[in-house]
Amino acid sequence: MGKEKIKINPEFYDIMPVEYQELVEEGTYGKEDRGWKDVGESKELIEEHSLCAGCPESIAFRYVLACLPAPEDTIMVGSTGCTSLVFPHVAVHNIHSLFGNQNAVASGLKRALSYRFPDKVKDVVVLAGDGATVDIGLDMTLQSWFRQEKFTTICFDNELYANTGGQSSGLMQKGFVAKMAPAGKKFDKVNLPEIAKVSGCHYVAKMTVSKPNRVEKAIRQAILIAREVGPTYIQLYTPCILEIGKQMMEGLQEMRDSEGPNKRFEFEEYISEEAKAYLETIDPKKKKKKAITA
Amino acid sequence: MSKYSVMKGPEAFLPPAAACEGVVLPDPGQGLIHGEIVHEDLVMEAAARQFLTAKVPTLFPGPLVLWNWNENAAKKAVAIKALYDVLKAHNPGALHIPMPDYRPKYPKINPAIEINPNHPNLTIWHNKIDVCMFVGVHCHMANLSLKIIRGGTDCYTIAMCAQAGHEDAMLTFRDASPDKINRLTETVRRVKASGDF
Repeated sequence: MGKEKIKINPEFYDIMPVEYQELVEEGTYGKEDRGWKDVGESKELIEEHSLCAGCPESIAFRYVLACLPAPEDTIMVGSTGCTSLVFPHVAVHNIHSLFGNQNAVASGLKRALSYRFPDKVKDVVVLAGDGATVDIGLDMTLQSWFRQEKFTTICFDNELYANTGGQSSGLMQKGFVAKMAPAGKKFDKVNLPEIAKVSGCHYVAKMTVSKPNRVEKAIRQAILIAREVGPTYIQLYTPCILEIGKQMMEGLQEMRDSEGPNKRFEFEEYISEEAKAYLETIDPKKKKKKAITA
Repeated sequence: MSKYSVMKGPEAFLPPAAACEGVVLPDPGQGLIHGEIVHEDLVMEAAARQFLTAKVPTLFPGPLVLWNWNENAAKKAVAIKALYDVLKAHNPGALHIPMPDYRPKYPKINPAIEINPNHPNLTIWHNKIDVCMFVGVHCHMANLSLKIIRGGTDCYTIAMCAQAGHEDAMLTFRDASPDKINRLTETVRRVKASGDF
């Protein structure tokens, strides 16, 4: 669709606040090669947010929005948590669901969109925290994967309930002591990427957001695979610097420290055979090579 | 129990929804004046008089007319601008302030250049607006805004609604179309020319 529907009526152009004029003139809607390198270069789909200063989630949010293949045809579904503080400021259609319901809401939304716009590609992307994805919403998360619903689930994993003061979550490391979990976490961190694989996800990735190229590739692949093949899941480590006792400039280093070999956020990626075959059909380089060989 | 009238505020911190007080929506060809169902022509006349006697008559165009998302929206924008030009020619203090979207903008709203449905009173107080008309605002946000304005300000509200009208406005039209907005503009011209306002 691109920019053709994102136009201001000329009668009102001069009275529109400048941020909306910039969104129309310098936004990246419709740009096929949009990506994280647009951050700071063109009008972003999120510029102000209400997260804490230095929060790694804020940069993760920026990367995700900068890497959506078609933001003008994307609807994001959020849930309760720090992410829900940001969604009201985002220039992409979004729905706030009840805590944990995000994958159920996204299932209905995706189906309704395919009936309403049978000739158009509409992406649905769930973006929720670890509490919503793994604890309170685990039922909805898994059921949507079992049903092979065609949308992407992104989990911002900060390993606790940060918004409410630091309670233990399923994705918290074993033994970790938080403000509201003084006895330490009693059981292992839930291995949701593995669960996602066996539950039918066609693309699964686990990483931090310290390497934006990698994040961009994963987000694009996940959304493209979800369009045609089936559910996809990405788990991004976005540490809560307040709850783990870090300063605002230490978030990036915390992510780097957590993604080394054998660390809990060492990069892992899984692509099903079906999804691999699909990716080959849309990869321009491979397409070209195939044509030359033929 | 006396009949509830939708009048200028400030009414209360949390004013009741007019629908809860027994105000019902008009049928096609009708409108509401202070909660009373009347013929649409009477609403046209009343709205024209309000605009012509106001110190700061203001139009609040919402996303449905600010953005060029279909042909009808483009036609409505032309009609609204024509109405604004007539008001401005009559009263240089007339304003048109956009409501570009509904994102809450605490605390950074600039009330001089935009209105936000979650705190419309800031824009009304800042610009000393005494008569305003909502047009192209989605109904659920218009209802919220109209109630806040009635609750906390003394601004007279008019709703040019494309659906069934708004009980919470002091004057409401329904089924707004470019033609209907042009009729309102013509009514303003006529009443002004008559000098009877």
